[in-house]
Amino acid sequence: MKHLTEEELIAYREGIASEKAAMAVHLSGCDECRGELERLDAVLAALDTLPVPDPGADYGRRVWQQIALRLPEKSTRWWQVWMEPRRLAGMGAVAALVIAAFLVGRISTTRDRTVEKAANQEQVRERVLVVAVGQHLGRSEMMLVELSNAEPANPKQKQVNISAEQHRAEDLLEENRLYRQTALQEGDAGLANILDELERVLLDVAHSPEEVTPAQLESIRHKIEAQGILFKVRVVSKELEQRQGATKPSPAPNDSTKRERNKV
Amino acid sequence: MNRMPQSVESTPATADSDALAVERTLAGEREAFRVLVERHSHNVFRLAYRMTGNQHDAEEVVQEAFLRAYQKLGQFAARANFGTWVYRIAANYAIDRMRQRQKEESRRHNPNAETEDGMEQDPLSRVQDTAPTPERLTQSLELRDQMERALAALSHAERTAFVMRHWEGCGIEEIAEVLKSNSSAAKNTVFRAVQKLRKALQPLVGTDVQAKAMGTEL
Repeated sequence: MKHLTEEELIAYREGIASEKAAMAVHLSGCDECRGELERLDAVLAALDTLPVPDPGADYGRRVWQQIALRLPEKSTRWWQVWMEPRRLAGMGAVAALVIAAFLVGRISTTRDRTVEKAANQEQVRERVLVVAVGQHLGRSEMMLVELSNAEPANPKQKQVNISAEQHRAEDLLEENRLYRQTALQEGDAGLANILDELERVLLDVAHSPEEVTPAQLESIRHKIEAQGILFKVRVVSKELEQRQGATKPSPAPNDSTKRERNKV
Repeated sequence: MNRMPQSVESTPATADSDALAVERTLAGEREAFRVLVERHSHNVFRLAYRMTGNQHDAEEVVQEAFLRAYQKLGQFAARANFGTWVYRIAANYAIDRMRQRQKEESRRHNPNAETEDGMEQDPLSRVQDTAPTPERLTQSLELRDQMERALAALSHAERTAFVMRHWEGCGIEEIAEVLKSNSSAAKNTVFRAVQKLRKALQPLVGTDVQAKAMGTEL
């Protein structure tokens, strides 16, 4: 075999040679080509000593912080959004309540077609809604309280991570929309108004950055406090609890209870 | 050779986890993209630094690569490996960045940097003009300086091909894709890059000199 060309030596050294085995055989018996390969090796080995600076163990986190606010809103595939397990679970729970209310209404309708029974039907629907909305308001209150008390995990950190609250706000937002629409259909304008106010706060939280500065967090807290949403949520939750406990079967909502809620 | 192919070609477990994070990001969970950024930033930085030769540009390349990856994530769905994909995006952007940087530099320092036909001047002539004295050769920092100059004197395509093949262990097809050429042309670009580096550095790097350099502060 004739001596290897420079290209062949480079291909051999860089692992892109097509006849590597034949070249290896030649190199083992040819001092000239081996010397040539050693000289090439020396250059490449020297280049390998060029250092790459270490950007630091927290480099990935820093890159994320630098780009997070610049990431555009992702237009997601609608079916993927609705097929997410946590959304499915939330939707399932709400759907189950609606179906339960419907079935209870149907059953009582077939048993008795009197006006009195129709009123009971209304009561049952109301109770289902009261229980579900009460739980929803409880969860919302807990999230808002935790957000109001959020602090950096480490005192040295300048940013506060509110991603957990943000995800919960996203989930609560979906439920809130359905309950608000149901309250409107039921003619409960007071409850619908409170849920509407809560929805705006949840929207703010869900659309906040995952890591906020103390100033941004203070601004979110200020919004929560300015709207008095925590107080309103507590009052309505209490009222719903009382209605749920005191009335078995609960009385049909009368105008006075709704007026009370409207005052809040 | 200082290759780290294992970091570019993700392990099956990482690839699965990457695929899941991509799916979740596409479903609207921005936090899932954070996992991908934190996992691949170091590798992308290493490639970007070797291609651009400076930390500032490398950091910019890393950020831009992930921003572009996020925007194009829908196109990634059918692909196999997020690490390789974001790597390619970074390499492409690094080439753009190097071209832009070269234009800025040539406008500032040497308005006649390009020949009449618009081609780059032979970079080797620039390296050889600055050939150091024998005394300086013994100093590892000088050798390092010469190596950086030799790398800087390669064309963008040559530097990209050399970095991706020699240091990052990328396949010829992958390099061809970044260079927007075919495998044969990509292979030739690797040859050309090594030939130029050898021509510029071999007089400075005798086996004995190289041995000294390896044991010094380089």
